[in-house]
Amino acid sequence: MEETEKIVREFIVDNFLFGQEDDQLANDTSLLQAGVIDSTGVLELVVFLEESYTIKVEDDELVPENLDSIVNLARFIQTKTASAAVAGGD
Amino acid sequence: MGRFPNCSLIGKSCAMCGIAGIVNFDDSRVDRSLLERMIGAIGYRGPDESGVMCDRNAGLAHARLSIIDLEGGSQPIHNEDKTLWITFNGEIYNYIELREELIKKGHRFYTRSDTEVILHLFEEKGEDCVKEFNGQWAFAIWDATSGRLFLSRDRLGIRPLFYTLAHNAFVFASEIKSIFTDPAIERRIDRRALDQIFTLWVTLPPTTAFEGISELPPGHSMTVKDGDITVKQYWAPDFPATYRERDRSDWVDELRSLLIDSTRLRLRSDVPVGAYLSGGLDSSVTTALIKGFTDSRLRTFSVCFEDSEFDESSFQHDVIRHLDTDHQEVRCSRRDIGSVFPDVVWHAEKPIVRTAPAPLFLLSGLVREAGYKVVLTGEGSDEILGGYDIYKEAKIRRFWGAFPDSRIRPLLLKRLYPYMKNIQAQPIAYLKAFFHVREEDLDSPFFSHLPRWDMTSKLKMFFSQDVKAELDGYDVYDDVRRRIPEDFERWDEFCRAQFLETTCLLPGYILSSQGDRVAMAHSIEGRFPFLDHRVVELAAAMPPLMKMKGLNEKFVLKKASEDLVPASVNKRPKQPYRAPEAVSFFERTGGDGTDYVQELLSSDRIKEDGLFNAAAVEKLVDKVRRGQAVGIKDNMALVSVLSTELVVEQFLRNFGKWSDHGRD
Repeated sequence: MEETEKIVREFIVDNFLFGQEDDQLANDTSLLQAGVIDSTGVLELVVFLEESYTIKVEDDELVPENLDSIVNLARFIQTKTASAAVAGGD
Repeated sequence: MGRFPNCSLIGKSCAMCGIAGIVNFDDSRVDRSLLERMIGAIGYRGPDESGVMCDRNAGLAHARLSIIDLEGGSQPIHNEDKTLWITFNGEIYNYIELREELIKKGHRFYTRSDTEVILHLFEEKGEDCVKEFNGQWAFAIWDATSGRLFLSRDRLGIRPLFYTLAHNAFVFASEIKSIFTDPAIERRIDRRALDQIFTLWVTLPPTTAFEGISELPPGHSMTVKDGDITVKQYWAPDFPATYRERDRSDWVDELRSLLIDSTRLRLRSDVPVGAYLSGGLDSSVTTALIKGFTDSRLRTFSVCFEDSEFDESSFQHDVIRHLDTDHQEVRCSRRDIGSVFPDVVWHAEKPIVRTAPAPLFLLSGLVREAGYKVVLTGEGSDEILGGYDIYKEAKIRRFWGAFPDSRIRPLLLKRLYPYMKNIQAQPIAYLKAFFHVREEDLDSPFFSHLPRWDMTSKLKMFFSQDVKAELDGYDVYDDVRRRIPEDFERWDEFCRAQFLETTCLLPGYILSSQGDRVAMAHSIEGRFPFLDHRVVELAAAMPPLMKMKGLNEKFVLKKASEDLVPASVNKRPKQPYRAPEAVSFFERTGGDGTDYVQELLSSDRIKEDGLFNAAAVEKLVDKVRRGQAVGIKDNMALVSVLSTELVVEQFLRNFGKWSDHGRD
């Protein structure tokens, strides 16, 4: 989980904050409330998840509970990759 | 104080209407050669002739684009006893009627020009003379008897006017580069201006991009005497708190008859007049109205784009066929935008957040090549009649905000932006945040503008630590708040949005960076029938439902123009004018960026100039180069940083070189 959070944070800082570490950006900070991502940012996040973890993000999964903080994103990635692994094992 | 002893023409081939002047407070003689250099620096504003008038401690200069009274309108000009002198940029459209009244009162004229009418009406009514004018102006009147300089700018900010106080003198001009001709005047970027532009897209007058240089706000006049400056507002957009009962057809009829009259006045010219066509309703209406006044075939001009995403030429051709105009278009590619962008910024004289002024720079070049000096356009209609998406968006957001849990209401936002793929893909929870429909947003006086301003303000993340530190404690929203009138809270929300749009974006961007500056760059004068103050005041008096019925924008104009323009244009939803953005700068050299882009955005240059975080800019450039900068914010960031660096290059680092380039 920690490693995933680290990778997600790196992507967010690099892609949305252009490398500028934000002291206010805790792992549970809402990316929406903090204005870190804009309307395009959500789609960039989805592309990042799908390409980096070879998962498919469904439309009904595009909710803040999955995408709106580093910790939520990491948890979502874990759930998705675990279910993909189970599906792959069948 | 004596009369002005000498007023001579510098030559017949100097430079469009541009004005400049100096008043020395210590009574020392004004430097005539400096005045000549000042007016020469903006020679493109007046290529037909130029003149300088000097008298002891005061001097006025003028570069003229001859449009009215070709033989007799040379400036600066004077009154009967040569105690008043004027330098003037613009047009007073009702000058014929005013002249007749003045003659009846005993005034004698030695030209047929509108300029002389200003002078005599000033004699008659003093500073209140400006309230009688129907037009677009920036002028200065030197009263030799009292040693007083009076300056004024039109109601909506169509014509520019800048000034500074430097080494015990007052210096003014149509453009800042003219003021900078004096090497003793410091050239430094104003950090607050950056904060304003990186939030509102514009500077808030008197602030300009440069420290110490001020802009006279639209609707203001000023007096300079003995070192003291007094600035007074004589006009501002005003909206009623309640609306008078009136039949819909009466509003429609009055708007139509006023637009006809406003167009008639704006056709007063001693040179042929053309028209811009965008393919939208406003320019089509303007063109149709001009047709009503002429039997000859009207010349029209338009921009079309290689990128189909931005191109509106099919609608333009509907209008051309319908009105049988003699049409020419400039086809604009991404590469074109990248190529002319430095020239656009040189003329805009401030950072710009979008590339949209660039195609209009190319268009004015086309008009000039066609031998035309004057064009009528539909500018201003979207502001005064509620055409922009920002009005519609605010209405939907408010509607949604009344029932925040609704799943249906936010879908209207997706309908509003059919051309924006990113919006289409958004889940509702995200739309709510992006469109500021949160409880704290609903009470903001800037509710209508929060999505745009808050999104733009994210660009400030690129500021360097030094700039951020200098801006610590400055709140741009407080600055806007201080400028809103007392009655603002009593106005309908639609009108509040109109006020913000009409006082911020219209003068600071639409009429300047995207208007006067890119048109005058090729000596083209724009005229705007929708910005006749009678039309503006009528539109303000209308109930908002006349302007936007449901989500049908400019409803009253559509009704007023049903028989004037093709149905395809009258019925089509508004498409905002946009142009290719960041990608335009990486087309030419295999994605590395054009030469100037590579140089200006290099880490070394960014560090040296000190305004932005070099590492962040490097990552931004990399993102654009990889084709990953697909959103509005990243695109605006690239354009804003690049244009700021161009301002530094052109006005701070290599001003002499760029001044010479501008004269070519």
